[in-house]
Amino acid sequence: MSQIDTQRDAATYAAAGAPPRVVKSSGAWWNDQHVRSLLYQALVLLGVIGVAAWFIGNAIDNLARAKIASGFGFLDREAGFGISESLIEYSPASTYGRALVVGLLNTIKVAVIGCILTTILGTFLGILRLTTNPLLAKVMSAYIEIIRNIPLLLQLFFWYAVLLQLPVPRQAIIPIEGIVLSNRGIMVPGLVLHDVHWFVAAAFLAGIVATVIYARHVRRRQEATGERTSIVLPALGFLFGLPLVVGFLVGAPFEPTVPELKGFNFSGGIVMSPEFAALLIGLTVYTAAFVAEIVRAGIQAVGKGQWEASSALGLRRGQMLRLVVLPQALRIIIPPMTSTYLSYTKNSSLAIAIGYPDLVSVSNTTMNQTGQAVEAIAIFMSIYLGLSLLISAFMNWYNNQIALKER
Amino acid sequence: MTQLAATAKDFVEPPPSQKDTPLLRLWRTLFGSTLNSAITVMVILALVWLVPKIVNWAILDATWTGVAADCRKASGACWAFIAEKARVMVFGVYPGEELWRPTLMMLLFIGMVGVSMFKRLWRRELIWAWIALVPVLLLLMDGRILFLIPVLPVVPTNRWSGLPVTLLLSLFGLVLAFPLAILVALGRRSTMPVIRVLSVCYIELIRGVPLITVLFMASLIFPLFLPAGMTVDKLLRAQIAIILFAAAYLAEVVRAGLQGIPRGQYEAADSLGLTYWQSMRLIILPQALKMVIPPLVNTFIGFFKDTTLIIIVGLFDFLFSVRAPLADPNWLGFPTEAYVFAAAVYFCFCFIMSKYSQYLERELSPERRR
Repeated sequence: MSQIDTQRDAATYAAAGAPPRVVKSSGAWWNDQHVRSLLYQALVLLGVIGVAAWFIGNAIDNLARAKIASGFGFLDREAGFGISESLIEYSPASTYGRALVVGLLNTIKVAVIGCILTTILGTFLGILRLTTNPLLAKVMSAYIEIIRNIPLLLQLFFWYAVLLQLPVPRQAIIPIEGIVLSNRGIMVPGLVLHDVHWFVAAAFLAGIVATVIYARHVRRRQEATGERTSIVLPALGFLFGLPLVVGFLVGAPFEPTVPELKGFNFSGGIVMSPEFAALLIGLTVYTAAFVAEIVRAGIQAVGKGQWEASSALGLRRGQMLRLVVLPQALRIIIPPMTSTYLSYTKNSSLAIAIGYPDLVSVSNTTMNQTGQAVEAIAIFMSIYLGLSLLISAFMNWYNNQIALKER
Repeated sequence: MTQLAATAKDFVEPPPSQKDTPLLRLWRTLFGSTLNSAITVMVILALVWLVPKIVNWAILDATWTGVAADCRKASGACWAFIAEKARVMVFGVYPGEELWRPTLMMLLFIGMVGVSMFKRLWRRELIWAWIALVPVLLLLMDGRILFLIPVLPVVPTNRWSGLPVTLLLSLFGLVLAFPLAILVALGRRSTMPVIRVLSVCYIELIRGVPLITVLFMASLIFPLFLPAGMTVDKLLRAQIAIILFAAAYLAEVVRAGLQGIPRGQYEAADSLGLTYWQSMRLIILPQALKMVIPPLVNTFIGFFKDTTLIIIVGLFDFLFSVRAPLADPNWLGFPTEAYVFAAAVYFCFCFIMSKYSQYLERELSPERRR
C-alpha cells in the first residue's frame, strides 16, 4: 500500500467519524485491507440481494398461486365500506383510493391537533415540575411516573371505556355551558364553515408569513441600529386582523353553532366522536408526560449564571426568560421534541385498536376486502416514512435556525 | 501559620441557628413566599377533593367478593370481578389443568431476573445459567424439549396467552435484539460504505414507521415471502418483528455510546495489535455499553410496554387476556377495574426497571456519585 493511499484513507476514515486503522500489509493479497474490505462488502451485498430475491420470488409465486392480482389497480375500485368520520366527502360508493385519503387526513387531524395540545400541556407540566414547592413536585413526579410506566394501548382502552361509560345524551354531563359530554362523544361550540371560509384560512396563513417577515425586518433593524420595536401589536394585526378583514370583505358568514338536545341526541356544535376523543386524550396525556420532562431538562440545563448575568444587566424577570433563558433552553429542547412529535404521529396508528378510522385502520379494512396486503402495507409504510422524514426535515431546518452561531 | 491568606474556614457558612429545625425548614419551603403558599394551598385542596374519592372507590366502597349483582349495588370498585377472573386475566386461554407450568415458568423467570439484578453476581456463570434456563422455560410452556421431544402434554402456541407471553416476548425480544443492535451500530460506524449504507437504511426505515406496521408486515406479508408449504408460527413471526424493531432503536442507543469513546481508545487498541473484533470486544464495547445503560433500560421499558401491540394482529398477551372477561355477559360494565388491574401490573414491572436503571447509573459511575 503506497504512502499516498494510506493518507487518503486516513482522511476518508476521519470524515466517516471512525479512527483510521492503518494496517501494514504483509505481502499476500488476502491480507490487504482494501481487498478484504471489498470482499466483505461484496459478500454482504450478495447476501442481502440474495435473500431479497428469494423473498420476492416466493412472493410472486405465492400471489400467482392464490390468484391475487398485484398492482395498485384496486385503488380505483368502489370501496363499499363506510367510514364513521371523514374530513372530506366520502360514501361507500367512493373508491379505495379516496378511503385511504380519508384515513390519512384523519391521521393528520389527530396528529396536528394532538401535537399542539401536547406541547401546551407538556410545557405547563414541565414548568410545574420546576417548582421548589415539595408538595407540588411530589404530585407532579407521581403523575409522570404513573403515565410513563403504563402502556399507551392500555391507556387508550381506558379512556375509550371511560368515554363510553358516560351517560346517554339525555342525561349528558355539561361541565360548562356549551360543552357536552355523553356516550356519543364530546361536543363543543364552533362555527358553521362554508367554502368561503377558505379565504379566511388563507388570510391567516398569509398573516403568519407576514409576521415572520416583519419579525425578521425588526431584528435586522435592531442589529443595525440597536433600536428594539415590539412586534406584538403588528403580529396580532397580521394574525387576527387580516383574517377578520378578509372575512368581512368576502362576506363570510359568522354562524356560531352550539350543541342542543334534539330528541335523543344533540345536534349542532363540533362533535368529537368517542373514538377520536379517546385517542386524542390518551395520546396527549401520555405524550405530555414526556414533553414535561424535556421542557424541565431544557430549562434546568441553562446555567444559573445566565439568570444572574441577565439580572446584572438590569433585565426584568420576563425579559430574562424571553431574551436570555428561553432561546438557550429551546436549543436543547428542540431535538428531543422532534422525536416526540414523530412518535406522537406514529403512535396515532394505535387508533385501529379503538376503532378510529386512521390510515392504518382504513388500510386494514382495504386489505381484508381486496387481499392486496402487500400494496396496502407498502402504501401506509411509505406514507409514515414520508411524514417522518417531513417532520424531521422541518425540525432540522428550525433547529439550524436557532442553533448556536459560533464565529 | 499566620492568617495571611483566607482559610477554608472563612468560606464556610455559619452553622444554622438552633431554631432552624427540619419542621421549620419544611414550613418555609411550603409557605415561604406568597406564590409558594398559593401553590401549597391549591395542591392541598386538590388532594383533599381527589384522594377521598379514590380511596372510597378503590377501598372503602369496593366489593371484594360476590357476584356482579353485589358489585352493582355498591358504588365502589368491583374487585370481586378481578378475583373471579384472575386466572383468565393472568393466563388467558392456556389449558386450565396445566396452569402449574406457566406459573412455574414465571416464577423461574422472575427469580432469575431478580438474581441477575445484583451487580455482585455478574459473572460468566450467570450467562450460562440463562442459556440453560431458556430451554427450560420453553419446555414448561410448550411441553417439548426445544419444540422436538415431547415430555409434557404439548400446548401449541395459539393457546399461549396472558402474562407469560408478555414476559417471554419481552425477554427474547431484548436478548436477541441486543446483539443485532450492536452489529448494526458497528455497521453504521463502519468504514465500508456498503455496510454503512445498509445499516443506515435499516435503522432509518424501521424508526420511520410505527411498530404496528412492522407487526402487520410480519403477520400478513412475511408468510408470502416464504416458499409454499413452509410456515412460521404466528407468535414467532411477531417475535421476529419485535426483535427487528427493537434492534433499530437499541442500535441508536449503542451508537451514542460508541461515539462517546475517545479516539485514543481506538488507537490504543490498534497499537496493541488487536484485530477489529478483539478491540471492539475487549476495549470499546465494554466502555461504550456501560455509558449507555440508563438509556438502554429506558428502551427496554419502552419495548416491554410495546409488546401490548401484538393484540392488534390477533395474538394474546396480558392486555388481551385482561380484556377478554369484559365480554362476559354476567360481568358487563367493569372495564375500569380490569384496566386498573392491568395498569398496576405493568406499572410494577416498569417502575422496578426504571428504579433499577437509576441504581445502576449510580453504581456504575462511582466518579459521579455524590
